Amino acid sequence: MEKQLERVSVALGGNPNCGKTTLFNELTGARQHVGNYPGVTVEKKEGYTRRNGTEVHIVDLPGTYSLTAYSQDEVVARNFITESNVRTVINIVDSSNLERNLYLTVQLLELGVPVCVALNMIDAAEKRGITIDADKLSQLMGIPVIPTIARTGHGKNELMDEAIKLSRTTEKRTEFEISYGDDLDSALSEMVTIIEENNFLSNQYPARWLGIKYLENDELIISKGDAVNPTVSNKLKKIVKNTSTHLQKTLNTYPEALISDYRYGYIASILKQGVIKRQGDINKLELSDKIDKVLTNRFFGPLIMAAIVYGLYQFVFTYSETPVGWVEGFFGLLNEAASNNMSEGMLKSLVISGIIDGVGGVLGFVPLIMFMFFGISILEDSGYLARVAFMLDKVFAVFGLHGNSVMAFIVSGGIAGGCAVPGVMASRTLKSKKEKLATLLTVPFMNCGAKMPVMALLVGAFFAKDEATMMLIITVIAWSGALIVAKILRMTVISGPPTPFVMELPPYRLPTIKGLLIHTWERTWQYIKKAGTIILGISIILWAMMTFPGLTENEVAFFENQRETIQKAASAELLGEIEAAAEDEEAEFSEAAAAIKEQLETVDMLEAEKALRNSIAGSIGTAMEPISQAAGFDWRTNIALVGGFAAKEVVVSTLGTAYSLGEVDPEETGSLSETLQKDPAWNPMVALSLILFTIFYAPCFVTVVAIGREAGSWKWAAFSMIFNTVLAFTVATLVYQIGSAMGF
Amino acid sequence: MAVINMREMKDNQSGKISSIKVEGELGRRIRDMGLIPGTEFTVQGRAPLYDPVAVRVRGFTLSLRNREADYIDVEVN
Repeated sequence: MEKQLERVSVALGGNPNCGKTTLFNELTGARQHVGNYPGVTVEKKEGYTRRNGTEVHIVDLPGTYSLTAYSQDEVVARNFITESNVRTVINIVDSSNLERNLYLTVQLLELGVPVCVALNMIDAAEKRGITIDADKLSQLMGIPVIPTIARTGHGKNELMDEAIKLSRTTEKRTEFEISYGDDLDSALSEMVTIIEENNFLSNQYPARWLGIKYLENDELIISKGDAVNPTVSNKLKKIVKNTSTHLQKTLNTYPEALISDYRYGYIASILKQGVIKRQGDINKLELSDKIDKVLTNRFFGPLIMAAIVYGLYQFVFTYSETPVGWVEGFFGLLNEAASNNMSEGMLKSLVISGIIDGVGGVLGFVPLIMFMFFGISILEDSGYLARVAFMLDKVFAVFGLHGNSVMAFIVSGGIAGGCAVPGVMASRTLKSKKEKLATLLTVPFMNCGAKMPVMALLVGAFFAKDEATMMLIITVIAWSGALIVAKILRMTVISGPPTPFVMELPPYRLPTIKGLLIHTWERTWQYIKKAGTIILGISIILWAMMTFPGLTENEVAFFENQRETIQKAASAELLGEIEAAAEDEEAEFSEAAAAIKEQLETVDMLEAEKALRNSIAGSIGTAMEPISQAAGFDWRTNIALVGGFAAKEVVVSTLGTAYSLGEVDPEETGSLSETLQKDPAWNPMVALSLILFTIFYAPCFVTVVAIGREAGSWKWAAFSMIFNTVLAFTVATLVYQIGSAMGF
Repeated sequence: MAVINMREMKDNQSGKISSIKVEGELGRRIRDMGLIPGTEFTVQGRAPLYDPVAVRVRGFTLSLRNREADYIDVEVN
């Protein structure tokens, strides 16, 4: 019989930029998946690895510098440690920044969880002249310390061995205490006695840790305490108050400040005992700093930043052309196969117009999106994105946002091709409700990957000559619109003071191919999943909306009559010629036969158009047409825009469906872009108006749901739909009316 | 020895933190990143729009806004 695999669970914790993700990828490889922590939208990566017959389940905690209640990431990390059944935390520390990284280690240890330290990027530290005695550190802190190099996998086996060993320990909690000086220590011991006597929250948290949190004025823990046992909670608060007053008088400081001082003091005292040896100045300029002298230079910095963003555009548009062609070709073949092999009727219409056109129109852009994400991952992993935040913070602060809003904007499509759903979630790193809300409500204006097909279609059809320039202009419009709206929101519905920026500028690093590929794949897969499920579903619903209720019997008879009249008037010889031509694609017509054919086609098109106008979607689109004409949109565009609420890429597939239903000639396989160019209802002004409307109108419902959850209120979700649509219509109408009046 | 405000420091100037006069979230963030009294650091530079400021401290680079640096007093030579 096969031996049952033993299973243990460990969590990976550490500062941002400490190589945590690289180590996670190195350990789990492809055996990972991304989900969410329960109840919140913080990303939760989980994976598996095997070591000597033990299956290790690894949970990647959000990267944090501390474990305060100020950010959701930190709250998620500490809740996971205290509430889940994970028994061990692997704490990854950047060997080059031992002091600051151990600050989190101390807090993890105070939580009472067994910790194993991975002394990561030990090679980089050595290159910088830093020698670390891992054994000494382990001995002084009383925890295993394993030197690792995540990039190469060096030390990962030893790390797993230690983690597995720690997971098997039977003690529930480890004892770890550092001194916070006489004043705080005596307050703490008083609090610990009260906590233990009353069994106050002590099933979940270590008593001393609770005392520290009360001293630090941790709102979450205090409100939890108030809820569980207000009497005890008030007693603790009283001790904190007395201590605080005393500290103010004697040392002119606050308990929380003193706690940080002592934590850093403890770390310094450990490192001083021969743990770390440095050659040269700790703050001497590294290669990374020299690069920064150029990349964040007053003059070259912004220029290089603009060049990099534009370069990304070029990279995405140029290199993705070939694979885009492959995908389009594939769906073209599918379409042909279906139209040749299926008998006429509802099912054929469903398969071709609903399924193949709908999904194909969206999947055709997957290569584009993949290239885009690959490029963004390089910027992200190399550390350049943090410089973008650094250089742009002044601008963002002016608009009432935060330097970190950049991330949400960029993920949402600030560099075209993101997605507002993860973008909205990226706003979670913003701790101030107000800046977060302003970010949440304005990131949907960015050119997300789903809007890209719409933009690409319109730009390709009407501004083909200046494609790259036009896409850049679209990005600029989205950004300025978002910033202006953010400022207006921060002055009106969400006014208030700004929150701290305080951010690390991580050293530049060469991204790992593995990391880039996993990152790119995860994001692209997210898009495909969305396209494959939601879009397919919507395509079918829309097909139904555009097909039913259809024409009345009388109307069908009317069109049939017209056809018969034309055929009767024509000679049998000409009809024979047309029929024969249907079998042969290359057939040439006589002039008379072509005229008859055109008459017949016109009847068919009128019939199809009548059927579509009769449909549910047609009724909605037609009903809105008198209003939407102000912005230049006809009922077809209206239907497409209604579909776009489900997901922006549906605008393209709906337009495709709408036009392929109105198009009869199977030989005419010209793309949607050509169809639009030929349609008299379209011109560059209409296209521009639709581009503007698409940038600003209601986010897709998935984003709306995300906004509601992130903002913690459906009021804001509703606000984003109504406000954005009104704004979009106003902008589009103004531009269309002024542009048309000027004769464009 | 003189005590000046962090905002007044020039690029490449070094100093030692003498006090941080802010509580709450901002105070916590500043301290969590290792800026506590007694810490030595060097101003590395400023963003193109002169704000935020980047400082080299404990072997890494930290950036903060000028209005946040205002709470930090520094001993300089």
